Amino acid sequence: MNSAWLTVLKRDLLQAYRRRSDVATTLFFFVIVSSLFPLGIGSDSAILSKIAPGVLWVAALLAGMISLSRLFATDFADGTLEQMLLSPQPLFLLVTAKILAHWLVCGLPVVLLAPVIGLQYALPNNAILILVISLLLGTPALSLIGAIGAALTLGARGSGLLVALLVLPLYIPVLIFGALAVSASQSGMSPQAHLSLLGAISLLAVVLAPLATAAALRISIE
Amino acid sequence: MLAAQGLACLRGDRLLFKNVSFDLQSGGLLYVLGENGSGKSSLLRMLCGLLTPEDGAVLWQGNKIKQAAESYLSNLTYLGHLNGLKDDLSALENLQTNARLAGNNVSDASALAALTAIGIARCAHLPARVLSQGQKRRVALAGLWLAKTKLWILDEPFAALDVASVEVLATRISEHLAHGGMAILTTHQDVAVNAQSTQTLRLSK
Repeated sequence: MNSAWLTVLKRDLLQAYRRRSDVATTLFFFVIVSSLFPLGIGSDSAILSKIAPGVLWVAALLAGMISLSRLFATDFADGTLEQMLLSPQPLFLLVTAKILAHWLVCGLPVVLLAPVIGLQYALPNNAILILVISLLLGTPALSLIGAIGAALTLGARGSGLLVALLVLPLYIPVLIFGALAVSASQSGMSPQAHLSLLGAISLLAVVLAPLATAAALRISIE
Repeated sequence: MLAAQGLACLRGDRLLFKNVSFDLQSGGLLYVLGENGSGKSSLLRMLCGLLTPEDGAVLWQGNKIKQAAESYLSNLTYLGHLNGLKDDLSALENLQTNARLAGNNVSDASALAALTAIGIARCAHLPARVLSQGQKRRVALAGLWLAKTKLWILDEPFAALDVASVEVLATRISEHLAHGGMAILTTHQDVAVNAQSTQTLRLSK
């Protein structure tokens, strides 16, 4: 594997490890937001399991988003982004390493926590399984699409909120197919079509998002 | 090898400079002088390709740097105002990461030797966050002892350094030039760097 690519991945993971509190913030956000609904709505398991797919997906989406503004902002501030742009390796390749690190740190833990949260919503086992699969297929797309937004708003004032405004509308297809997959399995239908579409969105994002992010970074750094 | 032809730089609606041209050959040193805000740093960023010139072109071995990006970037070391260090990584890790990013796989021993050369080996395992401004600058500059690139573009490399480090760095740059390298520097200090040919470029408003 490309050594500059591995270097970027290792650096970002090492940094996340040394700043564990940042990672914990994202996860606690996910846990707390998704725990508020059962508290606010009450313990009617019929209602809870009906709203569970949408609520959990929205919570996962927001949790992934709050960490987005950090994706390139620190690199921009300390000059490591400049050095990445000046690496002989193509920028989009290095960007994929950063996005992968972001997903491993912010996306994957949410996927792993989701079954526990699902229990709060009285979700049946097969629906929990589909929830995990849908998150596994969909969250990479969230990191990938989010990276474009993070790159575009780099250096802008109030970029945290700007990222949200820019990126949330783009998350809608992922949200719809992700939540529908779980709902479908709850009502006894096959979630396969929704999951396939979710996978397709992620694959498309893998191909296009790093290129768009690299282009956005070049504009932002000027 | 590196040539600038009629470069112009526009920031906002202010023209910082225009008609900047030079030709730098192997072993050549270029000083970029000018008061604060005259566009020295912008010129250096333009030469790296981080900034698109409003007019004119930067040529590496006769090709525009955008076209010859891979060969140009693998011959370029740029150090701007920002040190490019991660606060949470140690000096040694930072140095190795930056070298690897530039396509240069360095061992622990040679990275440590570079830190020793600029006199901060004892900070090697401290996180960059606890280092002083001058120490951070030296960690970033230690990369020059590892670099195998031909062209060094350094923005105020002597700023924030103590007298002894300035001398060590000047010697390193002279050595690089003596081996056929090229360097472009901005500086407000009077530092003796030996070169086969020295050019001066003054940016004025």
